[in-house]
Amino acid sequence: MAFGLTKKKKEDREKINKSLKKTRRGVFSAISDLFQANEIDDEMWDDLEALLIQADIGVDTSLALVSALREKVSKQGIKRVADAYDLLKTEMAALLQEAQPWSLEEPRLLHVVMVVGVNGSGKTTSIGKLAYYLKQNGRRVVLAAADTFRAAAIDQLEIWGERAGVDVIAQKPGSDPGAVVYDAIRASQASRQAEVLIIDTAGRLHTRYNLMKELEKLRTIAAKQVHRAPHEILLVLDATTGQNALTQAEKFKEAVNLTGVILTKLDGTAKGGMVFAIQEKLGIPVRFVGTGEGIEDFAEFDPEMFVESLFAPA
Amino acid sequence: MFDNLSDKLQATFEKLNRRGTLRESDVNAAMREVRLALLEADVNYKVVKSFVARVKERAIGVEVAKSLNPAQQVIKIVNEELVATLGEPGKLDLSRQAPHVIMLAGLQGSGKTTTAAKLALHLRKKGQRPLLVAADIYRPAAIKQLEILGQSLDIPVHSEGDRVAPPDICANAVKRARQSAYSVVILDTAGRLHIDETLMDELVAIKKRVHPVETLLVVDAMTGQDAVRVAKTFNEKIGLSGLILTKVDGDARGGAAISVREVTGVPIKFLGTGEGLDALDVFQPDRLASRILGMGDILTLIEKAEQTMDRDTAMKMEHKLRTASFTLEDFQKQLQEVKKMGPLSSLMEMIPGMGQLSKQVSAEETDEKLRTVEAIINSMTKEERNDPAVINGRRKKRIAAGSGHTVQEVNALLSEFRQIQRMMKQLAKGKGPGNLLSMFR
Ligand SMILES: Nc1nc2c(ncn2[C@@H]2O[C@H](COP(=O)(O)OP(=O)(O)OP(=O)(O)O)[C@@H](O)[C@H]2O)c(=O)[nH]1
Ligand SMILES: [Mg+2]
Repeated sequence: MAFGLTKKKKEDREKINKSLKKTRRGVFSAISDLFQANEIDDEMWDDLEALLIQADIGVDTSLALVSALREKVSKQGIKRVADAYDLLKTEMAALLQEAQPWSLEEPRLLHVVMVVGVNGSGKTTSIGKLAYYLKQNGRRVVLAAADTFRAAAIDQLEIWGERAGVDVIAQKPGSDPGAVVYDAIRASQASRQAEVLIIDTAGRLHTRYNLMKELEKLRTIAAKQVHRAPHEILLVLDATTGQNALTQAEKFKEAVNLTGVILTKLDGTAKGGMVFAIQEKLGIPVRFVGTGEGIEDFAEFDPEMFVESLFAPA
Repeated sequence: MFDNLSDKLQATFEKLNRRGTLRESDVNAAMREVRLALLEADVNYKVVKSFVARVKERAIGVEVAKSLNPAQQVIKIVNEELVATLGEPGKLDLSRQAPHVIMLAGLQGSGKTTTAAKLALHLRKKGQRPLLVAADIYRPAAIKQLEILGQSLDIPVHSEGDRVAPPDICANAVKRARQSAYSVVILDTAGRLHIDETLMDELVAIKKRVHPVETLLVVDAMTGQDAVRVAKTFNEKIGLSGLILTKVDGDARGGAAISVREVTGVPIKFLGTGEGLDALDVFQPDRLASRILGMGDILTLIEKAEQTMDRDTAMKMEHKLRTASFTLEDFQKQLQEVKKMGPLSSLMEMIPGMGQLSKQVSAEETDEKLRTVEAIINSMTKEERNDPAVINGRRKKRIAAGSGHTVQEVNALLSEFRQIQRMMKQLAKGKGPGNLLSMFR
């Protein structure tokens, strides 16, 4: 997943750790308390289930996790709470493991990344951060302002472009997003100024049929310009979101075949537990996390680290 | 889509003996389903616990009404308790001396800026003179966003750029409102995390300067378990007077509404139902309750049916609607019954997934169409009504002449009926409204 970026790893780890401190103090520290203090008994299993549900992991996934763990605990004759705890960590990390490499590692003249999601999830901000992140790692990045709908969306992206030190290709508000994508790709190719083009799209609820069709259209336009583009289609998901996150992922996947998730607002107290169901049921991995409003509040997602941080004692 | 609480409870009760009263064991079994339904709707875990306890207490020993089966009886109680928890819709307090200051607050991305503009439009329609205030100096282009929205509504926006402290901006705006006789001042504050001490203090400072009559928390309808913590902290730190639930036009169940209501005790005042600036609805507890239970307004349908027909007919009709097994013959029979229950347009809204559709045609249009439909169906033979496939060109001409309508109208009816059947089948198969809508474009 790290495309020659391992030097960033340590920083990333620190960032995630920092943002997860609160989380650790919340539900997940309670989970570790649970394993340390109590005997393995029915009450403990109920409490565990309750805690998982409160992390937005969802009833189904929580129940599945608990019963898988129960079975293993009894099969392996595990008596010690701490051993059960280790097993749960392994189970949860395994759920988030992604084998597919991040496609920006592949050799290619122009990588096209399209960023989608519901209103206010953090798309534009994440694009600013991602652009900066890629630039720090030596990539030439250009942004396309294909949210021509929301008031001042273009200005917002332009400010992020400035902050990240990358160009933004934009047209007038209200213009056709398809035309923006087309132009942006042509411009990126023609002047060869870009290795990575990131497309900001308007926030849309997945229930809006015509808007989802519009996304499909954008994807087709990109595909016609560049072989197999967009190479990454990232869903930006607010960690505060509950069970609807899975439906969102499902519908966006149906429309544009998502390749990954950016999980934002992990600096709050929400746990973002829905990513377990999204990975498990739809096979869509988390690629990055957003941990604040600053340009550096962004990190590669590492499932083991994520779970480890969740369970680390407060 | 119909994999909902109603069906699950129906199944639960099928396994149990039918009794005159709800026994504790029946209720316990039913409460397991209720608990799951609420959790799946994002109602907070702890809130679910106390809610279920309340319902259980109410339900045990209740006599099952003649017109209802035990499952429906339980749903009725759950629904009533849910409606009670959601509370009455709250009105804005504009009774004091103008200018009335309304402050919006909430997490990042919850929809404050759009809601501020919607609220301004809503209040102008009520005869107020609103002034919008750009107090989000942090998010890039937030000020410009509000300015553009204000411009499009022709409502002035007070902004002082991003170098002046928000409490000062707000105080200046209120001063300006006094001087220029604006009657309402709406403060669009920056999105912030409830754990961000500095920014929470900023809200406190704004409140101290301008004393808002309304401090409204803007909450995204898609919020999960964390809603409780967010609402609780905002309420403790800044003191809320009401809630606005946004993005209700999506398909999130909106259980967060229950959570935030329960922990803050303040009323829900509005629902945001779309990106358009007029998409702000006054909150209706019964609607939201059905939605949280994932049943559309089937409940209202049950109630209406209860009032107008006997239980058998009502159940049959619900079944036919749900299983898409009705024919034009049934349709004709039901039309009479249905007409007793009110205009078809309002019935459409009650069926899960159909609400969106029914919004696209006006009530008058629907009822006018209904008259045409009735006339055309009346001109068909029984055979034709049961098997529309036999209706060939010559039959169409006859039906058209008999009903006083054109062959095109007969064709339109037949194709619409096929669509409805297909749609009902999709509904029965559990496809969402997204797919439904696709057939109408
Ligand atoms: N605390 C925190 N706030 C974030 C994070 N990511 C984004 N935000 C904030 O969330 C709000 C919405 O972010 P945007 O980037 O405008 O979201 P968007 O998805 O582009 O919004 P639309 O284009 O309007 O649909 C802004 O106030 C951001 O500063 C994050 O990781 N943590
Ligand atoms: Mg945006």
